[in-house]
Order: sequence, then C-alpha cells, then structure tokens
Amino acid sequence: MTALQQATEVVDPVPGADAPHLPTPPDLVQLLTPEGQRLEHPDYSIDVSADELRSLYRDLALVRRWDVEATALQRQGELGIWASLLGQEAAQVGAGRALRPDDMAFPTYREHGVAWTRDVDPLHVMSLFRGSDMGGWDPLATRFNLYTVVIGAQCLHATGYAMGLQRDGAESAALAFLGDGATSQGEVNEALIWATTFDAPVVFFCQYNQYAISVPIERQSNVPLYQRAAGFGLPGVRVDGNDVLAVLAVTRAALAAAREGQGPTFIEAFTYRMGAHTTSDDPTRYRLASELEAWKLRDPIARVKAYLSRSGLADPAFFAAVDAEGDELAARLRQGVLGMADPAGTEIFDSVYAEMTPPLAQQRAEFVAYHQGFES
Amino acid sequence: MSTETLSLGKALNLGLRRAMEDDPKVVLMGEDIGRLGGVFRITDGLQKDFGEDRVVDTPLAEAGILGTAVGLAMRGYRPVCEIQFDGFVFPAYNQLVTQVAKIHARSRGKLPMPIVVRIPFGGGIGAVEHHSESPEAYFAHTAGLKVVAVSNPVDAYWGIQQAIAAPDPVVFLEPKRRYWEKASVDRDATPGPLFASRVVRGGDDVTVLAYGPMVKTVLQAAEAAAEEGRSLEVVDLRTLSPLDLEPVYDSVRRTGRCVVVHEAPLTLGLGAEIAARVTETCFHSLEAPVLRVGGYDTPYPPSKLEEEYLPDLDRVLDAVDRSLAF
Repeated sequence: MTALQQATEVVDPVPGADAPHLPTPPDLVQLLTPEGQRLEHPDYSIDVSADELRSLYRDLALVRRWDVEATALQRQGELGIWASLLGQEAAQVGAGRALRPDDMAFPTYREHGVAWTRDVDPLHVMSLFRGSDMGGWDPLATRFNLYTVVIGAQCLHATGYAMGLQRDGAESAALAFLGDGATSQGEVNEALIWATTFDAPVVFFCQYNQYAISVPIERQSNVPLYQRAAGFGLPGVRVDGNDVLAVLAVTRAALAAAREGQGPTFIEAFTYRMGAHTTSDDPTRYRLASELEAWKLRDPIARVKAYLSRSGLADPAFFAAVDAEGDELAARLRQGVLGMADPAGTEIFDSVYAEMTPPLAQQRAEFVAYHQGFES
Repeated sequence: MSTETLSLGKALNLGLRRAMEDDPKVVLMGEDIGRLGGVFRITDGLQKDFGEDRVVDTPLAEAGILGTAVGLAMRGYRPVCEIQFDGFVFPAYNQLVTQVAKIHARSRGKLPMPIVVRIPFGGGIGAVEHHSESPEAYFAHTAGLKVVAVSNPVDAYWGIQQAIAAPDPVVFLEPKRRYWEKASVDRDATPGPLFASRVVRGGDDVTVLAYGPMVKTVLQAAEAAAEEGRSLEVVDLRTLSPLDLEPVYDSVRRTGRCVVVHEAPLTLGLGAEIAARVTETCFHSLEAPVLRVGGYDTPYPPSKLEEEYLPDLDRVLDAVDRSLAF
C-alpha cells in the first residue's frame, strides 16, 4: 500500500467496479454527488439560482461538444493534434466561472473549458492545434493568457502578474492552471515559494487527472497534492473536480481571499482525463478499460443533468435545446476550421521582435525573393 | 549633471537610478540586490531610495526571477533582472529561452516583453567554478532575445538605460573584471544607438573585433602592435544580437584581414558566426581567412589556469601575425 493510499480514505464508489482509490468527504469538497444529490459543506456553501445552474450545464455540454468535434477534426486530418478535456469539463468550467472579468487566467494547453468561460472564440484555440498560429486570441483583452506548453512555466507568470496587481493596488487575482505532473517541476515549486513569500494574489488550480501522460501520481508525490501546500505555507484544498458546484465554490472563495490580500491558495481538483493525453496518445497501454468505466459513473455533466431533472429545474425541452445548440456550435467550428486560411509565410518574421532587427529584415527579404523566384 | 570620472560599476548604478527616475514602471529584481546592493554593489543604495517594491530582494531562484518578470511585464512593468553570476543563469535558461524570448512572437506582438537581464560575465577575477563564464552564444542563438555587451563606463551608463527603454528583451552583459575601470562620462551627452558596433581605434593592416572585457585587451594589443609598426583597426561590437557588421565589412574591405576575439569557447561561438558572415560578404577583399582567438573548448578552468585560458595581448598579437603572414 502506497503512502498516498494510506493518506486517503480508500473507498470503492461503485460496488463491483474496478475503480481507483477515491477520496471522500470531508477531505474532498463535494456539493453535488455523482448521483446528482446536493450536499452542504461547512466551509463552502453556494447559492446558485436555477438560471445559473442551467447556464453551468449549458457550458459543460457545449464545451464537451466542442471537444468531441475537435477530436473528430483531428482524426480527419484537419487539426494536427488535439488535447482533449473530456472528463475535466466541470473542473474547467467551474474554475473559469469563478473568475471575475478583471482576473487573469494562465492556462496550460488543455484549458478549453476555461477559454470558453472567458469568451475566447473556440476557433482561436483550434487554429493553434491546426498549426495556423500559436493561439489567435488577445490574451490581455480576454484575460486568458496564451496556452503555455512547457510544463508549469505559466505558474511563475501568474505569480509575477499577481505581484504586478499588488503594485497596482488592483483588487483582482491571477489563476494559474497546472496538472499533477507539473507539481514535480522546479518552476512550480518556485512559484509556490514566490507566491507565499510575497503574499501574491494568485490561486494555483491543479487538475489532478490521474495521469501525467502515462505516469500515475505515485511517481510524482508520496502525499496527496493538496497536502503539499502546507509545507509552502498556503492553504491546500481538495475538491471533487467532477463537481462543477464544488469547484465553483472553492475557486470563488480562494480568488476572493487573494483579492482581499489574504494570499495564495492551492486547489487540487480531483478528476479524471477520460480521453487520451492527446490524439497522439494510446491510453490502453497504461490503464484498464474498467477504470474508465468506473469514472464514467462520476461523469461531471451527467450529475448536473440528474440534479436539474430531478429537482424540476429543467425539462426535456431545455436539454434538447442545449443539444441542438451544441450541434450548431459543432457545425460552425467545423466550417470555421475547414475555411481557415494558411498563414502568410512572412508572418514567421514579423513578430519576433517589437523592433525588427536589420539582419532579420534581410532574411525576410531573402525569403520573399526566394519564393517570388518560383512565381516568374 | 556634468562630466565626471566614473567606474563602469558606478556608471551602471547611476544609469539604473536614472532609468528608475524616468519610468516608475522599472522594477529591479535579483538576489541580494536590496540591502546589500548586489554582490558587485551595482544596485547600491537603490532600494533605500526607491523602496522594496521597486528593488526586490528575491528568493534564491533564478527561474523564479525570470518567470515572475514575465508576469510583471504583462502588467506593464519593465523588470530589470540581475543574475548574480554568469553560470547562475542556467536555472533561468528555460524561462529565458522558451518564454521571455518567444512570448512576443507567440502573441503576435500583443504581449511585449521589455525585460532586461543583467549578467556579470567573463573571467579574470580568480573566482571559483561558474563565476567566470561567457554564455553569450546561447542567447545570441535564440530568436527573440537581443544581446549586448558593454566594454566601458560611457556605454554602461547609457546602454543600461537604452536596454531598459527597449521594447524587446535584452540580455545585458557586464564585463565583471572591468567593473572598476574608470572613464570620463558626460551625463548630458546624447548617446549613440545601443544596437550598433563602433570603430574604437582606426588602423590599416588588420581589423580586430572584440566586445565586453576583451575590448581593453585588444586595444592594448593594438598599442603594442603600433610600436612594431603594425596598424590595427579595433571594432567594439557592442551588440551581439543583432550583430551590426556593416562597420566591420567596411573595415575588412580596407584591411583585407580580420581577427575576432572573445573569452567564450571557440566552437560555435560568436566568432564562428562573424567569420562566416565576413567571409560571405567580403570574400573578394580577404587576404587571409578570418581568424578567431577565444577560450578553449573546455569548461572554464580553475583560476590558477585562467591566464592560460583567457585570450591576452600575446595571443591577440599571435593571431595578428598569423593573419599578416598568410
């Protein structure tokens, strides 16, 4: 038995299923059970209106529909690669919806659900995975940074940004996204040290999705990730990452504390990557099908649907309308991707510097002349 | 203000002070730069006058310095990061190369990165491992970064201000063994451009190129050569990325001979790039191949051997002789 297993309460949420060892309350903040039952938590209560609940469901469903379409487009050769968020919709939508407009999010390369909540056009995300650009959205206007691919590097950016907020006297916060694998990176540990020593208004949102590509948590940590926070001197909270209400409540509270000058928080969102790491990955090499089946019973969308239905807050017509909206979205995205123009070759030169250098200008001119040579 | 005699280190200190007075967004970050004033005292007195929010004693983590500088730059600040010694830049290498250098291009210009990374570089001070290295080629090889190396107090005073005002990330290399060299600095003068090389001694027989700490060495060599009737033209390259080689080409077209001098190891160093460019551009003017004088392709040696490792007056003159004899 590993230290992690000893440190967490081991239960089997689905009798008979070969489920991984899952934590349960009170170590895990949960406000909506996998069966769609509302729970109360002494530290994290949330008051959500029927409209808000339906809107959360809509976000979850549309983000999944987008993700499914993107995976299909990759399989059809229209995207070079796709990093699917399947299974992590609640973690991302919950965290994204906790942000205020003037807060700033620092994503990894999988935070499509957060992008959605920041009103980033999905096509601007897909153009990155098609290879047309490095992400076409405006990171300052959307308050959603460009995707950062080197693991964990963005945690320091978020911390520095938060130090800027402090100097500006701004009442807003930074939200850094990371995965379980990233917690092994030196830069992530440095970010935690900087955030705490400067009391920076930054929240670290770690989606523990069970695998760093193929490697399980035992290779990253011998304590639950949220418990690491104590050693750095910041609060650590573990939330059910498949429970959008709990994620929303926990992240809202952490961001509010940061904005009020109470310093950083580390959130571990306990979730599961139901898809492959990316479309280039083969998860059958490192995990059992039964594990995925068990997690399907903890699906982040199904529980919201169950709660909405059972409590009478949404009727079949509502769900049908969201489904139809999802299909419209998928059609728009498919059309948008297929119609995406390739970038001009000279673009590679034009944004390297704010002030173009003479040698690079010369290379650019040679590039143009070389290609014009084929036209005559 | 007026003309006064300043050491290179003091010129940097005054240049930083003036940059901080001119722009409240300038923030200094580094290890021991506050109360101590930096291990070389370059930031001496600045925290006292500008406060702990603008002169930040950071945790001992170089990646943290550069990584948080990125976030501060996104908030409109102009971070000036001090790396305590050249060999300590490598923990920050990831942030510098994968983030600082690339964010402007990644964002297609929406996220400018006006970050300055000050690095005391080069040897000759009798120090232990990692305190005497010349890492400039790593940064000059990285698109998105600009790299300059100052050689004298005047360039130090103006150059640091120009680097801070520049909209792109600048690796600012300070010749640590020349920190105590003095020169007259007119603080009311109008400085020349930062990203430009400069002929610092005219001559007819051989063009010799250097930057940072080697400029003084080469000027001494030129003095010695003159006594033997050989006229060396000396160019202080000043900017290593972008290179400004037009003055070099003009010179080599006249002299027909070119020697490049740097402390960094020869293989794939700046000299290799310059030799290639000079050969491509001045091929028909050359009387001899472009020669390089540099550190050997070894780790920087224990300090008892650094005199043998570092190019000195004699090794420069030896290369000049070989060029003339070709």
